[in-house]
Amino acid sequence: MFGNYITLPHLLIFIPLLTGLVTFFLKKETTARSWSLLSAIITLGVSVLSLVYANNRELSGTTFSYEWLKYIGSSFAVGLDGMGRLLTFLTAIAFPLIFVSTYKSSYKNSNAFYGLMLLSQAGLMGVFMSMDALLFYFFWELALIPVYFLCSRWGGERRIQATFKFFIYTFAGSLLMLLGIIYTYLHTAPTQFAEHSFSMSAFYSVVLNAHQQNWLFWLFFIAFAIKMPIFPFHTWQPDTYEQSPTAVTMVLSGIMVKMGLFAVLRWLLPVFPQAVLKFDNVVIGLSVIGIIYASLIAIKQDDLKRLAAYSSIAHIGLMCAAIFTTKSIGIEGVMIQMFNHGINIIGLWIVIELIERQTGVRKISQLSGVAHKAPVLTIMLVVIAFANIALPLTNAFVGEFMMFNGLFKFNIWYTAFAGISIILAAVYTLNMIKKVFYGDVNTVTTLMKEISWNEKLVLSVIVVAVFIVGVFPQPMLDLTKDTVTAIMIRFK
Amino acid sequence: MNAIIFTAAMGVLMMFGGVFFKSKSTPKYAAIAGLILTLIVNCLELRSGESLFDINVMNMLHFNSFNLTFLTIIFACTLLFFLLNGRDIEKVGSNVSEYFSLIFFVLCGVSIAATYNSLLTLFLGIEIMSIPLYILTGSDKRNLKSNEASLKYFLMGAFSTGIMLMGIAFIYAGNPTGSFYIDSIALGVGKMPVMIAVGLVFLLISMSFKVSAAPFHFWTPDVYDGAPTVFTSFMATIIKAAGFIAFIRLFDNAFGKAHEQWQTLLAIITAATLIIGNLTAVFQQSVKRMLAYSSIAQAGFMLLAIFSLNQFAKEGLVLYTAAYCLASIGLFAILIKMNDYTIDGFNGLAKQQPLLAITATVFLLSLTGIPLTAGFLGKFYMLIAALQDGHQKWLVVLAVLCAAISAYYYFRIIQAMFFKESTETVTQEWDITSGFKLLLIIVATSIIILGLYPSLITDWLHY
Repeated sequence: MFGNYITLPHLLIFIPLLTGLVTFFLKKETTARSWSLLSAIITLGVSVLSLVYANNRELSGTTFSYEWLKYIGSSFAVGLDGMGRLLTFLTAIAFPLIFVSTYKSSYKNSNAFYGLMLLSQAGLMGVFMSMDALLFYFFWELALIPVYFLCSRWGGERRIQATFKFFIYTFAGSLLMLLGIIYTYLHTAPTQFAEHSFSMSAFYSVVLNAHQQNWLFWLFFIAFAIKMPIFPFHTWQPDTYEQSPTAVTMVLSGIMVKMGLFAVLRWLLPVFPQAVLKFDNVVIGLSVIGIIYASLIAIKQDDLKRLAAYSSIAHIGLMCAAIFTTKSIGIEGVMIQMFNHGINIIGLWIVIELIERQTGVRKISQLSGVAHKAPVLTIMLVVIAFANIALPLTNAFVGEFMMFNGLFKFNIWYTAFAGISIILAAVYTLNMIKKVFYGDVNTVTTLMKEISWNEKLVLSVIVVAVFIVGVFPQPMLDLTKDTVTAIMIRFK
Repeated sequence: MNAIIFTAAMGVLMMFGGVFFKSKSTPKYAAIAGLILTLIVNCLELRSGESLFDINVMNMLHFNSFNLTFLTIIFACTLLFFLLNGRDIEKVGSNVSEYFSLIFFVLCGVSIAATYNSLLTLFLGIEIMSIPLYILTGSDKRNLKSNEASLKYFLMGAFSTGIMLMGIAFIYAGNPTGSFYIDSIALGVGKMPVMIAVGLVFLLISMSFKVSAAPFHFWTPDVYDGAPTVFTSFMATIIKAAGFIAFIRLFDNAFGKAHEQWQTLLAIITAATLIIGNLTAVFQQSVKRMLAYSSIAQAGFMLLAIFSLNQFAKEGLVLYTAAYCLASIGLFAILIKMNDYTIDGFNGLAKQQPLLAITATVFLLSLTGIPLTAGFLGKFYMLIAALQDGHQKWLVVLAVLCAAISAYYYFRIIQAMFFKESTETVTQEWDITSGFKLLLIIVATSIIILGLYPSLITDWLHY
């Protein structure tokens, strides 16, 4: 398209970036809202094109990259492989869903709100498509900063404290990663203009001894572990999810946590394979502890948002464990599950947002009998909840089955312990459904109404996605095959 | 050469001009015109390598692309400082023309300190730069704090000058060539003569004083706090940058070959500077004092360039100083407009003055080192330089952790501006012109542009 200068990856970054900047100047709330929705839909269109033309190398980028910091060997190299395509699609589909589902929410200074949302979308897209380590770091931070402002400005009562914790945690992690990037860079081979290179291929072929790999592994891993988050780097997460405006929580839990998992697959596994094999037990051990610990805490939660937050920690923990099994079936499962978890958790947040907007309450103990007042909402929620506990025929079943398969091949004991989480997930999810949706209508829920058409539309999209992937996951598995093969080569 | 002659001439002109200038704002316009001229002739010299003056300096001064690029940045930043704060300089007292004159003399000292090739010219440069500053610090004569700051600065300055002279004497006596020229002090890689070693340590101490590196930083917060805020802005940015260029040239040219012998000592100073600067800044309630400590913290990062002394270090230092000066000058310009210098004084600024709040955010993000800003690339180059050097990796990790701490105190101001409500009952009367706003936008934009294309500056070094 337009020669090699504008490929689909460029469009995926620049559409939200430029429209986001324009949004800051739109004074009227309705204009800002519809403008950002339009932008998100166009981005989704481009993303769909990238799936349709999956085999077209020219449209996928990386064939051409702008020289950016020529003398230090960094270029604006973006491209789409299978995993990138999947996650950019997740990002592209999530934003219209978020915008439509929160279309009725009114925000103070809505132009700034929507502007920042679109900027974070640009950052996320960049992270998933960067083929240059320095560029990756740039986008990693670009995604973080708008979210910091979004949470601090539009969040709940304790928002400043919570977001500050989140920001300092993530920033410290990122800086350690930057250190790792620089150290690895200094060991890459020279290029035409520079002594070293930040390009992904240069990183993949860097030669590091075991000692170097070991400590570089931790520099990178801590940054990613904070972002995911896995135990014991997770303490920022429940507070931030609880305090953020729901639209931002959706971005955080639906897409941003995938940055951590994605980065492990993109940078950690291929660049430091020896260290990965050395520390796999440590990481899987931490993940399994996190899975059980988070599930147990989730059972005790009375706040819907905190429940979803802890359930998310458990799911992410399982994905992290599956990655470090370095078994191809486990990693394939993680790829598909990254998408599924994004869709499911956004669905869950939408339901929570709808309940909170109508009743003003998020406490499980104060809600009861929503099903009598909003049957459609209930049906949708039940499907999403079943997906959350990975019932067969739902999307998450496919992913979890493959991940447990990988974990089983690695070590049966880990599988046994992690498997407990399936039971625990059923306990807290079904308990929540029982208490909130069934039973008698009480004073809080008596005024509840059925959801409107746009909310129905959004939830139907999610439910349809849950079933399609659950019944016919093959196209998605085919999509990520190239990435999995590329990663597995490093472990042969 | 152009820079030295023009700044000295402008200093003299402004001094006598004070007698003839009728209006209070004439000196400002004259100074701006003079500085633009100096900037132009300096750029011409950078591009062509030819000076307008044919003076035999007996190899006492060296002009190359590194020095001249650096001076260009200094002049550009000073120009910005004049444009942003010209009206505030007028408000300090009645001797406006003299203030500008003193600033030009400081710039003359900076030009010498950036281009010296002999220890004597270094001494001269540092002194020419410092003495006018002592006066400027005490220029708010009715304010006791300003007087105290001036005295403190003078005493500390004199003390460090004494140490420097002693160091120079030791170096002169100790080196086999008996030379003051920094490029002919023939230090080998082998064992260092005791005299030279003592001289080197003395010079290290005196330069650390000048750039306020710990543990020789203790004068900084009081002096910066006491001086009229416009001059604090000048001292914390341009003078600090000048100190660093003098520092790196001395240690690169004269002692570069014995790098490994003094590197550990410098690593300790750097670590102390980073820790003390960042940790103390966290506890400050006054933004002015916080910026004083943050300037110490930033100096810690800049010291990494001297610690590593490689190509990345030199390019990075130029980039870092540009980024740091731009952001700090901008931030100080905003601070001067505030009634209240405490962090609470910034509460709700985004509502009252959105433009000020947004530009201040860009400056703070740059000082923190967030990508897309020049400050990030400055820090990034420093880290590359230090890691490439390969020694003392713990220092690099420490620097990174300190950068994370710095986010805490810089972001407190952002929080105050955007997320807190103003507590003031009387609304502040803002003395802000549209020109001032435009300039702030220009500064913020250039920080972002430099963050995306640092080669706009670093390419000059390759002329």
